Amino acid sequence: MADSILQFEGVSKSFFGVRALDDVSFSLPGGHLLGLIGENGAGKTTLMNILGGVLTADSGTMTLRAGKYAPRRPADATEAGITFIHQELNLFTNLSIADNIFIDRFPRLGRSPFIDRRQTRRQTAKLLESLSLSLAPQTLVDRLAPGERQLVEIAKALSTGAGIILFDEPTTSLTAAETQRLFDIIRRLREQGKSMIYISHNLGNVLELADDIVVLRDGRVVDAGPARDFTIDRMISRMVGRAVDQVFPTRRSRPSEDIVLEVKALSQAGIVRDINLVLHKAEVLGVFGLMGSGRTELARMLFGLEPFEQGRIRVNGAPCDCISPTDSIRRGMAFVTENRREEGLLMDATVLDNVGLVSLPAFASPRFPRLLRHRQLGGAVARIVESMRIKSGPVARTLARNLSGGNQQKVVIGKWLMSRPAILIMDEPTRGIDVGAKYEVYGIVNDLTARGAGILLISSELEELMGLCDRILVMSKGEITGDFDRARFAQESILHAAFEGHQGRR
Amino acid sequence: MRKTRDTMVMAALRHTPLMLFVVVFLLFGWLSPRFVSYQSLENIVKQASYIGIMAVGMTFVLLTAGIDLSVGSNMYLSAVVAGLLMRHYNLPASLALVACLVVGLLFGVVNALVVTRLKIIPFVATLGTLWIGRGLGLWLTESVPVEFPQSVTRIGSERLFDGSVPLPIVLFALVVVCAAVLLRRTALGRQIYAVGNDIEAAQKAGVNTARVQGTAFVVCGLLAALGGFISVSQLGIVNAGFGKDREFDAIAAAVLGGTSLFGGIGSVFPGTVLGAILIQMVTIGLVSAQVDLYLQPLVAAAIIFAAVLLDSLRTRQLATLSRRRIRVEELGGDS
Repeated sequence: MADSILQFEGVSKSFFGVRALDDVSFSLPGGHLLGLIGENGAGKTTLMNILGGVLTADSGTMTLRAGKYAPRRPADATEAGITFIHQELNLFTNLSIADNIFIDRFPRLGRSPFIDRRQTRRQTAKLLESLSLSLAPQTLVDRLAPGERQLVEIAKALSTGAGIILFDEPTTSLTAAETQRLFDIIRRLREQGKSMIYISHNLGNVLELADDIVVLRDGRVVDAGPARDFTIDRMISRMVGRAVDQVFPTRRSRPSEDIVLEVKALSQAGIVRDINLVLHKAEVLGVFGLMGSGRTELARMLFGLEPFEQGRIRVNGAPCDCISPTDSIRRGMAFVTENRREEGLLMDATVLDNVGLVSLPAFASPRFPRLLRHRQLGGAVARIVESMRIKSGPVARTLARNLSGGNQQKVVIGKWLMSRPAILIMDEPTRGIDVGAKYEVYGIVNDLTARGAGILLISSELEELMGLCDRILVMSKGEITGDFDRARFAQESILHAAFEGHQGRR
Repeated sequence: MRKTRDTMVMAALRHTPLMLFVVVFLLFGWLSPRFVSYQSLENIVKQASYIGIMAVGMTFVLLTAGIDLSVGSNMYLSAVVAGLLMRHYNLPASLALVACLVVGLLFGVVNALVVTRLKIIPFVATLGTLWIGRGLGLWLTESVPVEFPQSVTRIGSERLFDGSVPLPIVLFALVVVCAAVLLRRTALGRQIYAVGNDIEAAQKAGVNTARVQGTAFVVCGLLAALGGFISVSQLGIVNAGFGKDREFDAIAAAVLGGTSLFGGIGSVFPGTVLGAILIQMVTIGLVSAQVDLYLQPLVAAAIIFAAVLLDSLRTRQLATLSRRRIRVEELGGDS
């Protein structure tokens, strides 16, 4: 067994009397990749913040290369050779790749305050080359695709010469190909002797990459050991504390013949071409595609957030040529966007304000339509929060920012449930949320269809679509390249359709 | 075909401030041929130099996503202190300039401390120091105008390089060159852009964000005092209304030059320089075109409003254009 490079011993941390971490002990062997898994709220983030010097532990110690390690500021962690790659990227879109990488330690021209630009460029080029990223160092980050940005973050981490690298959900915004490329790089880093901690809800990825796995639940280490002893089932059951025999809940309803949404020959130059689709009442229609296939853009066009040049959209049989989100909502549509932080939630508003937002007109006072009936609104929101089991403090005082990712997503969905939509478009509704919360989202999808809503479900997780949908449409390069009925669901042919037009290049 | 057209449209949009500048210039030249003479051009740049210098300082603050409303009060207070010192201690003009700059610098330091230590948002913080600065100046002078001796007014009409270039223009150029180099070629400059883009990310990247923000306010304060001194050297007198509302000229010049009020976007050269000269050109152009005196503010406002409107349209158009191009790349198979 390799010597441990980093060790946690009896680390505990409480927030306002609530235990976030309880006597956590494990060690990271040098040159290994350790997969750290657990549901949202299990304490992974707290633990990483303690390691990074953002928080200090109440008790317990950390040992780094046989010496005591007690960081008090993020800079201490950097100095000790520990670097973090966060789920949200910390890049400056208005600056070049080179500027981003060297922002806190530009090489200087001698002792002058001036940047040695040639040196900066050359070092950046070398880093980018080591990641097989063929981009010019002067390229503005604004122009990069999400996958490329992620790799720039890694280049930044490598440029510090760190020996320990932490990945926190690094693949959420990556395409399948970009993910594989990232994994190749991670493996190469391990060969070079870097030690890594990899946090992810994508258990398959963790199992594929990790040498060791540590499972956290409710702030405690509930399982740890070599990755080869783990299976996905064991990981899930340890994480949630019970065996999960069924990932997807059984459907209680069947699609009807009534059409709620019909799209004919929808086109927008450079984005989508000739899109035709039909969504029935009580149907879950999946849309699968790689990133950049135009699936999100399609969803935004249907809801009226982006323009289209040609085509017709009919909602409940009525044509609507010029649509805006306001019209769409009035027609009974709802849209759970893929980006809950920026588009789905008012982060600094309360849960009450967030959930009630869309339905405010329904709570106007009958005599003074400009005034709200507060008590009724509060009651309705409380019922939604209760029925969706959103874990939150008092709804009128808890800010959306302070909820865990899974609960935030439930707030986004809850907002639309309040408006009782006939058509619900969901773009990546389970991205970055844990197994338990995913299961609950699936349950909500089922309940809605049982009530007769039609759901357009966009997801990168094929298993999820195959488990939930009645039909799956596949998009590639802005066109629909496949249409599969439940009876014809097969992973291989769906993926094949998603890669259509991508052949001949990697 | 479409692609080349888009590229051309993009290139044109990128340089809107410059094109606008040319259009306004030609327009006034057409209305009054006298306007195009070297003499009148020199006059415009000379008149623009003090607002231009202040606008350069303002650009620093705007780039960090802050704003400094106190520059008008700053130029008043620093000029008053310099004038009173000259009157009571017979200070030579050079030392008066130093005193003026020191007051401006300290004013900037106060702004920096209020924003970074007391964590008051720049808008409110500098609104506060705007009143304090003006109040201090009024208290010191009892609102009596402060007159400056000839040694100062001589600076305003001084010409360098064998009398070919007025001193204010030389100072303006010097400030612009220093500022442009600082922003482009030093770590601090790049960090100013980084802080304006995303202050939290800058913190996480190890940037001392308080220092960066603070420096921007100090630079802005220093340049406000310098701009004020140049203005004094041209006027010879500081009355109670000196510098009032000049913060808006400075902000307008920076924004006309393409600096974003949301931080992270903008440049001193050509951006702010063009903006400052454009504003002055409109003012002087209206006079030489003999527009009714009482209509002039309205026409000037209309031209500036149109410029800012054009700029916001341009930003939106640029965003859609560049986004579409990225999509086409993604879809078109360039990985």
